[in-house]
Amino acid sequence: MQAAERPSSPADTALKRVPLHDLHVARGGKIVPFAGYEMPVQYAAGVLKEHLHTRASAGLFDVSHMGQITLTAKSGKVEDAARALERLVPQDILAVPRGRQRYAQFTNEAGGILDDLMVANFGDHLFLVVNAACKTEDEAHLRQHLSDVCIIEPLPDRALIALQGPKAVEVLSKHAPTVAAMRFMDAGAHKVQISGRAIDCFVSRSGYTGEDGFEISVPASDVERLATTLLADPAVLPIGLGARDSLRLEAGLCLYGHDIDTTTTPVEGALEWSVQKSRRNGGARMGGFPGADIILKEFETGASRRRVGLRTEGRAPVREHASLYASETSADKIGTVTSGGFGPTLNAPVAMGYLPTPLSTEGTIVFADVRGQRLALRVSAMPFVPNGYKR
Amino acid sequence: MTTLFTSDHEWLQIDGDVATIGITDYAQTQLGDVVFVELPKVGRTLKKAEAAAVVESVKAASDVYAPIAGEVLEVNDAVAADPSLVNSDPGKAAWFFKLRIANKSDLDGLMDEAAYKAHTA
Repeated sequence: MQAAERPSSPADTALKRVPLHDLHVARGGKIVPFAGYEMPVQYAAGVLKEHLHTRASAGLFDVSHMGQITLTAKSGKVEDAARALERLVPQDILAVPRGRQRYAQFTNEAGGILDDLMVANFGDHLFLVVNAACKTEDEAHLRQHLSDVCIIEPLPDRALIALQGPKAVEVLSKHAPTVAAMRFMDAGAHKVQISGRAIDCFVSRSGYTGEDGFEISVPASDVERLATTLLADPAVLPIGLGARDSLRLEAGLCLYGHDIDTTTTPVEGALEWSVQKSRRNGGARMGGFPGADIILKEFETGASRRRVGLRTEGRAPVREHASLYASETSADKIGTVTSGGFGPTLNAPVAMGYLPTPLSTEGTIVFADVRGQRLALRVSAMPFVPNGYKR
Repeated sequence: MTTLFTSDHEWLQIDGDVATIGITDYAQTQLGDVVFVELPKVGRTLKKAEAAAVVESVKAASDVYAPIAGEVLEVNDAVAADPSLVNSDPGKAAWFFKLRIANKSDLDGLMDEAAYKAHTA
């Protein structure tokens, strides 16, 4: 038996450790290299049970490898930081009210996506969460383009954990009653009480599983106490990267470097919803971000290809990089699967990938090459599993 | 009956000129939750080291190679119908396929249980 797909070799480079490393090991986490870090891919329960537990109860994820950056305008006005960030993203950042968060993308001159990120308005500054693999480049990108107006400050001394699932609010509000009133994408400072002491956290009601839940930015020195307290709750299990991936895939959410990258535009990535009217043609602050000409034209004419959800009839998973064809016999490759695997909640394979726009409508049948056989896939609406956000 | 093991974590139970093949408990632990198994067609003639079956966990696909050459006599439909058998009973109920052994000499390089235990220790 030989694994057809392996994580990158641990010998690649010197891997960094997250503040919860010892806790992961003590809890039986299977550690793998991920984006330059040693991260738990699963715990003793295994990916299937971890996934189903998160959907039914609550799962605790360590996402401390991700980048946390504050953006503060030298003028002291958060509007100036928002206006400055709009030079780099096609989103309306100025309209994000204090205490709210918005999904955004850094774009390049070709209209491609350099990274996707979360942007929260904390009243006097913006708080950004970016992908681990991109965080160094993101910080340099921000410094290069925004240093005239903003102070860019990475927060390496803060850990980031996500509590996800229908019971997340019940669990977290025992220690932080103020989080119960938050709605999806609310974000701000909250005090979390752990053994009689208040820990200053930045909490957002968001995550990347499709479930209700929270992302909690916490001083690295306090994260173990917080994680241990949350894990002591019978509703909570520790969850690894394996289930994080299957949960976000069922939720139809993009994984940077797979479903979106420097060669895909927001329109190709089916992320039009994330670009507000004010930044599109005719809007109050149209354009002005890298690749705007290309991206805004695609809003008018459509892109030539599009990210779609894909479902099979059978049980064989169709994995990333599988080639897509219009028919069982056609030799012309028309697209590629960018994420694929088994969806434990659906108890069926799920995938997403890119297809020519005329073939991207729901119900269209295409074929994937899987070990030399053509498997039929149906273009399907996403999310594959309905989300549980508290709007 | 003799049970032999490969360094790639297959087991073979030898009964006369028939070998029953599955993957080891060590292998299923490494794979995690198995969600899909693809078996060879009955009657197919396998070369030694040829990809014969596929076992997929939630996250990844792995090939199962024919540890020896031979013709596929029978496959285990139960494991295709319920891939979780690979996790719950890898050494017995979750056998993958039976081969008619083409060359007895193919068995020479395989490990006995003690050697396999040492290999995975």
